[in-house]
Amino acid sequence: MAYSDKVIDHYENPRNVGAFDKEEQNVGTGMVGAPACGDVMRLQIKVNEQGVIEDARFKTYGCGSAIASSSLVTEWVKGKTLDEALAIKNADIAEELALPPVKIHCSVLAEDAIRAAIDDYRTKQGDDSSETDEGRKSA
Amino acid sequence: MTVYFDHNATTPLDGRVLAAMLPYLQGAFGNPSSPHRLGRLAREAVGRAREQVAALVGAHPSQVLFTSGGTEANNLALKGVTASFGAGRLLISAIEHASVMASARSLAGNGWQVDQLSVDHLGRLAREPYVAAIADSRLVSVMLANNETGVVQDIAPLAELARQSGALFHTDAVQAVGKMAIDFAATGAHLMSLSAHKLYGPKGIGALVRDKALSLAPLIHGGGQEFGLRGGTENVAAIVGFGAAAELACSELVARRERLLFLRNLLEARLSAQIPDVVLFAQEALRLPNTLFMAIPAIEGQTLVLELDRRGFELGSGAACGSNSDVPSHVLAAMGVEVTLARCAVRVSLGVMNTEQEIEALVAAMKEVASQLRGVAAAAWA
Amino acid sequence: MSKTIYLDYSATTPVDPRVAEKMCRYLTAEYGLFGNPASRSHSFGWAAEEAVEEARQQVAALINADPKEIVWTSGATESDNLAIKGAAHFYAKKGKHLITLTTEHKAVLDTCRQLERDGFEVTYLDPRPDGLVDLDRLAAAIRPDTILVSIMHVNNEIGVIQDIDAIGQLTRSKGVLFHVDAAQSAGKVPIDVTTSQVDLMSFSAHKCYGPKGMGALYVRRKPRVRLEAQMHGGGHERGLRSGTLPVHQIVGMGEAFRLAREEMASENERVRSLRDRLLAGVSGIEEVYINGDMERRVPHNLNVSFNFVEGESLMMALKELAVSSGSACTSASLEPSYVLRALGRSDELAHSSIRFTIGRFTTETEVDRAIELIHEKIAKLRELSPLWEMFKEGIDLDNVKWAAH
Ligand SMILES: Cc1ncc(COP(=O)(O)O)c(C=O)c1O
Ligand SMILES: Cc1ncc(COP(=O)(O)O)c(C=O)c1O
Repeated sequence: MAYSDKVIDHYENPRNVGAFDKEEQNVGTGMVGAPACGDVMRLQIKVNEQGVIEDARFKTYGCGSAIASSSLVTEWVKGKTLDEALAIKNADIAEELALPPVKIHCSVLAEDAIRAAIDDYRTKQGDDSSETDEGRKSA
Repeated sequence: MTVYFDHNATTPLDGRVLAAMLPYLQGAFGNPSSPHRLGRLAREAVGRAREQVAALVGAHPSQVLFTSGGTEANNLALKGVTASFGAGRLLISAIEHASVMASARSLAGNGWQVDQLSVDHLGRLAREPYVAAIADSRLVSVMLANNETGVVQDIAPLAELARQSGALFHTDAVQAVGKMAIDFAATGAHLMSLSAHKLYGPKGIGALVRDKALSLAPLIHGGGQEFGLRGGTENVAAIVGFGAAAELACSELVARRERLLFLRNLLEARLSAQIPDVVLFAQEALRLPNTLFMAIPAIEGQTLVLELDRRGFELGSGAACGSNSDVPSHVLAAMGVEVTLARCAVRVSLGVMNTEQEIEALVAAMKEVASQLRGVAAAAWA
Repeated sequence: MSKTIYLDYSATTPVDPRVAEKMCRYLTAEYGLFGNPASRSHSFGWAAEEAVEEARQQVAALINADPKEIVWTSGATESDNLAIKGAAHFYAKKGKHLITLTTEHKAVLDTCRQLERDGFEVTYLDPRPDGLVDLDRLAAAIRPDTILVSIMHVNNEIGVIQDIDAIGQLTRSKGVLFHVDAAQSAGKVPIDVTTSQVDLMSFSAHKCYGPKGMGALYVRRKPRVRLEAQMHGGGHERGLRSGTLPVHQIVGMGEAFRLAREEMASENERVRSLRDRLLAGVSGIEEVYINGDMERRVPHNLNVSFNFVEGESLMMALKELAVSSGSACTSASLEPSYVLRALGRSDELAHSSIRFTIGRFTTETEVDRAIELIHEKIAKLRELSPLWEMFKEGIDLDNVKWAAH
């Protein structure tokens, strides 16, 4: 498998590896994938009072592209509002990392992880506007 | 010192080809299916060779499928392409190589009607019977150049007719490739067989060039190599050798052709002068530049070849594959040559390394053998 | 960049220098040995034929066969195809049922699939969790219309050695042919066809320090086994396999098998001690699982699953090592190894497996460097792995509800 330089860079020097306490009120945790499928991604975001993601962490079990996709996403979401973060699409990730077709699912997984983390955060805030948010965006 | 005049049976490997191959036996010995660096190096080498072979016949690299030789390519062409058909009618020329003949026989065992197309006295496919038969045929196999006579068929119009009537056209170009310019698309053929060891490449590697729109069933299953059409770990070194040989043949084609033609003209002129009753088969037909199929009447081909071998000249008495049988050439039979004369046939197939001195020496040896065997004084000097 | 450490000898081997040296003599013009062995009319042809027959004896000698029982092919894949299809078609009147294992090489499995399309029926048996065939289940699977059992001698992924003597006794007593894919065992496990009741056996040169694109099929003469040829042409190889014989390749295989016969015992010792060193080196790592039986196994194979680490990323981390995850042929796909799945390994463990195969040119220094790298990279990847963290927290991963993807 030939990896792009960007994949190799993220894989060798993964950014923002680690964990936040998932019980904390301002932390959202998204875990997607399954061990049986060969990849599991856990993305955590820390959101400040302005609704801006101020920090992110990940851990990923999976191939180099999966690790790189999640590492990249932690960089991208930082400093973004939740809605801005939700606008990150798998195609952007795939393009940035020059993923080959067989690895597109890694970027899909990373997009799912963002969604799952934001959903978790919003649920914690007692806010079930995540659906409406979605609706508004696509409208 | 032995002089080799049997290049249609096989050729020695070009030293430059060997140099290209060696790194892939030991240093870069990886399995192209392996994901690691050594695997990748092997994979890339196979890819480059595919481009070189494609370039030699004007095809796209993705049309080139490596096989273990010309025999396998012919088997794969005929059996692979018919696997998805019900039985039908198959036309082959009467002068095909044993691997096409035998593949056709195996199809006959599966219910195919196999008909052999006749050739004229110069070994060229007769047009009328072909035109008559093509309408209800599904597959045709006509070789581009014959291994015994060197006669080149004008296949483009034949392929054109086949296409018009919806039949598939295969050509065995094993002898032609490297000795004449070939453009796969221009021939109109759907399938073309090649082999490396006839063009100073290694034995045990060949290729089938194919129209990718065809559905082809593999003969060798397992592993998914060669586009899923030919299982088995790639013979990387040999493939690299085939590629290198193809590239050299491509760049040296004109020079080789001129050299070979010069040598053969010399040979034919000397023979006719020294042995006045010598018969040069198909001399008026378009032939490969290196091949001369000939007979000295009343001197058995086998005997002549053995006598010449004792004198250090290596010739063939026809196709290598058939040379253990006593049956005279089926090619000459198809050309209407009498059995008694056909038994006298020997083949001189020249290579780029042969020299004028070697030709002169060969003719002298032939003359000597002929006069000894005939028990008569040497023919008059011309 | 430092040199790659090659630990993938089951994927392919370099040609032994002694073999390469001999092969070269049969290629270019200078030695006068490049002839076509089918050219019966001149000495170049005779010299080539002599070389081919010498090699045939060398290959036969490794398995104690008669040279007449050896048929040249382009590799073990072709040998498997010829053996299985050739026998199936020849004996089709007797029956149309075959038996094989789910852990066979694709050359056998894909050939069987093709036969199914041609109207044959194939039973695919799962081996026991240790990778070995269950003889009782095999016996029970044999039916009156069974014509052939195909079971590999040594598995390419996990290196386990099947008891071909016991299987051969069973098949012979039931009047069923027995084909053995010995691509991975030749030169590593002694084979004697006069005592093993094997009817057909496939070999590959490039797994044994010979050239790629070269193989052989052993076809028993007493009792005689018949095959329908698959490659038609000039009638080479007694009509069983046509095509100009690639003399240099054949000579290479002969020499490689001769060396294997002479050096197998000492080489196995050396390789085993390196393998055991590697095994000891990785055994200290937590959550490491050995795949396949360790007793009945070739000395050069070690197949390990590193739990909570994904195989492909591990391969990437270990790029200084040339190793394989799963077999060379399947590792391009995202499927976990079907062999490990057949042993009952979970998908996770199958995904985390690495095959190390040691060979003639592996050194102790290389093994030590490999151990060091493995420790370092496993630690790094587990640091990255959410599964490892959960495991360390005592969470039972089997009870986690994973978002289906
Ligand atoms: C016309 C022709 N076709 C096919 C073949 C077979 O090719 P190979 O020797 O590579 O099997 C030969 C040579 O033997 C040949 O002359
Ligand atoms: C068990 C087994 N059988 C068959 C083969 C195929 O051999 P070859 O590459 O010579 O076709 C291999 C190797 O790829 C193998 O490991």
